[in-house]
Amino acid sequence: MSRARTARMRRIPLNAAAVLTVLVCLFPVYWMISTAFKPSRDIQSTHPRLVPHTWTLDHFRTAVQADGFGLFWRNSVLVTVSSILLALIVALASAYAVARLRWKGRRQFMLMVFIAQMAPWESLIIPIYIISRDTDMLDRLPTLTLVYFMVTLPFSVIVLRGFIGTIPPELEEAAQVDGCTRTGAFRKVALPLLAPGLMATSLFGFITAWNEFAYANFLIIKHQDSRTLPVWLSSFQNTFGTDWGATMAASTLFALPALVVFLLLQRHVTSGFAAGAVKG
Amino acid sequence: MSVIRERTAPPSPLRRAAPGTSGPPPRPRSGEPRGVWPYALIAPAVGGMLYLLLYPLLRAVLISLQDFRLRQLITGDAEFVGLRNYRTLLSDPRFWEVVRRTFLFMAVNVVLIMVIATLVALMTERLGRFGRTMVLSSLVLAWAMPVIAATTVFQWLFHSEFGIVNHLLTGAGFSSFDRYPWFAHGTAAFAILVLLVVWQSVPFAAVTVYSALTTVPAELYESARLDGASAARIFRSVTLPVLRPIFLLVFSLEVIWTFKAFVQIWVMTRGGPGDATTILPVYAVQTALAGQRYDLGSAASMVTVVLMSGVLVLYFRQMLRQEDEIR
Repeated sequence: MSRARTARMRRIPLNAAAVLTVLVCLFPVYWMISTAFKPSRDIQSTHPRLVPHTWTLDHFRTAVQADGFGLFWRNSVLVTVSSILLALIVALASAYAVARLRWKGRRQFMLMVFIAQMAPWESLIIPIYIISRDTDMLDRLPTLTLVYFMVTLPFSVIVLRGFIGTIPPELEEAAQVDGCTRTGAFRKVALPLLAPGLMATSLFGFITAWNEFAYANFLIIKHQDSRTLPVWLSSFQNTFGTDWGATMAASTLFALPALVVFLLLQRHVTSGFAAGAVKG
Repeated sequence: MSVIRERTAPPSPLRRAAPGTSGPPPRPRSGEPRGVWPYALIAPAVGGMLYLLLYPLLRAVLISLQDFRLRQLITGDAEFVGLRNYRTLLSDPRFWEVVRRTFLFMAVNVVLIMVIATLVALMTERLGRFGRTMVLSSLVLAWAMPVIAATTVFQWLFHSEFGIVNHLLTGAGFSSFDRYPWFAHGTAAFAILVLLVVWQSVPFAAVTVYSALTTVPAELYESARLDGASAARIFRSVTLPVLRPIFLLVFSLEVIWTFKAFVQIWVMTRGGPGDATTILPVYAVQTALAGQRYDLGSAASMVTVVLMSGVLVLYFRQMLRQEDEIR
């Protein structure tokens, strides 16, 4: 009895720390969403309330009815999905070559990937702007797709290589003995085991592409219809001045897909990282 | 640099073989397939890196050696001026101030991120099932918050008039925070940006370190405990060695990410007030776009690249040693 109690007492600081962590993580997210539902007079009050006592959808209406909202959503989804797919396919091929095959220059290739991982993307805006202009790719979504593909590629190769390394090659060899081709063995045996790794990589690609601001801001200039959501959001604040309710509603609508995707995939993210870390 | 150039030479003739994968059929079962296959598999990645990374980088180097302003951007006939831009840059005390601030920003952020993330990871591991799910879910939610959205929200949290932070601080008795204009004071704006970056970065680091912790075999802990080792000793002798590779990975990624923190600063303060939150990437973009000195901006970017490589040499050496251990 008393032993159980001291054990429980000992857990108090631990649980307090856990509660604090949860609060610190969630408060900004909560504050964004709750502000978006508050009527303007409650937002611009010197006594902000933790829980809105009247709810309104006005700010969401303002945000959705703003110019080009649907279009920018479509642009963001298009760019994000295509860059993720491209990065997955290309990275999977490289990761397989590095983890499974012996060839000259393998180490140098990985070194190159690690160097590319720390590529100074913010420093390359001007040359990429000039190159896109000269090849008539300025103001076009495929340009953004290619850039985001390249930003996510090195990380994807590193993670997938780690995952492929954790799958015993004997599994594939057994399938090959049973009459599968090398590609067939990989598809039927290794690919399902790679699911968490693919999930983790596409999540990383999703964050990168969905979030990216600098390139979307500086490469899409004349053709405003090709803008993406982050740029729209940052300009939103200028358009609506001090309308914090509408700004927070717009932020919520922009953040929501990311929050939902992450929550749904949470288990896979953490278990994916765990598996990758074993022999990472 | 020399490494990249060495590597990029051989695969280029193989790039043609890549898309259709029409190379020679693989020789199944006879051990490792040799020949063109591995190179065909990496060809798209190498091609991407050459065209989308190395080529722009070389262009940036060229621009930094030219007299390149708005007129040259339009006409395209820039003139080489040797190292003049670098001389201009390196003799500017303001630039050195920015370099110093960049390192300060990076160091403060990375130390805070690593310490907090490790503590959170250790805590999460000790929690019960319910607590662990709660903590992991909220970490993931904070992590999922898009940078622009988080930046906007932090601006709102620290709003001088209607911000909740000022309200809470005033309510707690710090009346000097009544309508305190956070973004008008250099140190305060800097602190908010650190807070924002740490808030955004801890989740990834904590989840990764936690994942690594779960892979430590329980028997190792048990035998250490049987041997009478203290908690600190167990952490140093059992946990740390297992975590070392993941630690290094997270550490280096955080160094890179905080060194390149641009969007948060650009959207929140544009480097202000004055120069208080201007770090190298912001300085480069300011110089290039606001001042239309593309040459000076590129030179600043190249200096950034060199400085960052210096920071990461240690990491690469470690990484290569590990590669050797695995093979």
